[in-house]
Amino acid sequence: MSTMRNESLPGAAENTGAAPGDKPYAGYLLGLADDAMVYAQRLGEWMTNAPQIEEDMALGNIALDLLGQARGLYPYIGSIDGSGRGEDDYAMQRDERDWRNVHLVEQERGDFADEMARLLWFSAYQVELHTALTGSGDDVVAGVAGKALKEVRYHLDHASLWVVRLGDGTEESHRRMQAALDRVLPYVAELFDDDEASVLAVDRGAGVLPSSLHDRVEGRVAAVVAQATLTLPDGSRWRSRGGRSGIHSRPMGYLLAEMQHIARSHPGATW
Amino acid sequence: MTDAPEGATERSWPLWEVFVRGKRGLSHVHVGSLHAPDAEMALRNARDVYTRRQEGVSIWVVKADDVTASSPSEKDSFFDPAGDKIYRHPTFYDVPEDVEYL
Repeated sequence: MSTMRNESLPGAAENTGAAPGDKPYAGYLLGLADDAMVYAQRLGEWMTNAPQIEEDMALGNIALDLLGQARGLYPYIGSIDGSGRGEDDYAMQRDERDWRNVHLVEQERGDFADEMARLLWFSAYQVELHTALTGSGDDVVAGVAGKALKEVRYHLDHASLWVVRLGDGTEESHRRMQAALDRVLPYVAELFDDDEASVLAVDRGAGVLPSSLHDRVEGRVAAVVAQATLTLPDGSRWRSRGGRSGIHSRPMGYLLAEMQHIARSHPGATW
Repeated sequence: MTDAPEGATERSWPLWEVFVRGKRGLSHVHVGSLHAPDAEMALRNARDVYTRRQEGVSIWVVKADDVTASSPSEKDSFFDPAGDKIYRHPTFYDVPEDVEYL
């Protein structure tokens, strides 16, 4: 696998190579987990709000898949960064600046076309990401990726079917699907930024360079967009950045407030 | 809403009957129905609604309009005449213990 360098790394531990207190590597894994966690929260908002109850179920299932991916990583991250934190600590007790998800997943839920445009890009990205990560030198990451790959292929399938139907549907649905693709685009580039943490994760044979995924992800999206008789918009002048270093956009604070307020109002509550 | 074009409203999504095969060797069994804009989406919706607890290994969807059903008002003439013909039942044989699904 050209994007992985694990085979050429003397000294990179076969299993994890993660010493407690390894915050940069933990930061890379947090990016993966936080993307899934925050998008699970956004998708969960569709319950009772989708066009049909069947679509409530579909988006709810996808949200639960993503939640599972985050849960698979958080306790492991707690063992790497030396904090010993568990999944609830990461999901419910961190403030905005500690989250490492991209801006794409934290944006407010727009209309259904907006969500399908976002899901198309994000699931295409996740398919390529997890395909690459199944070859990770970190067994835990490879395990999570192997399980997630089956899930995210279905997510991509779901988004693709809808984008094609809306794009190649009525005049109104075509117009709105195209507008949604245009709106989501400025948030896409951030997925493929090679931040310091990802470069470091690649060096230890555990991660994948985000930029190496770009062409294949765009190819997947472009094929669906073409079939939908839509146009992939040109790159915009403004683009989001900062999520991987904890700099978020306005909707993030509101999302966290809604997601965390029960856990923070009743610390340590269980059922 | 009566002047809405075909397929333009959520209410106009057709109804689909869903059949799930629980495991290999069993028949597909009717499990319920759902709405979807077309067959491909109906199959996905069926997967999400009816097999999220690993209930199945295969799904069929059939447009409800394409099912020709017997009418409750025809129940007497359809089914009652078989009621007194017990010789049509395999009740005069012993079924071996190991035979499943009978």
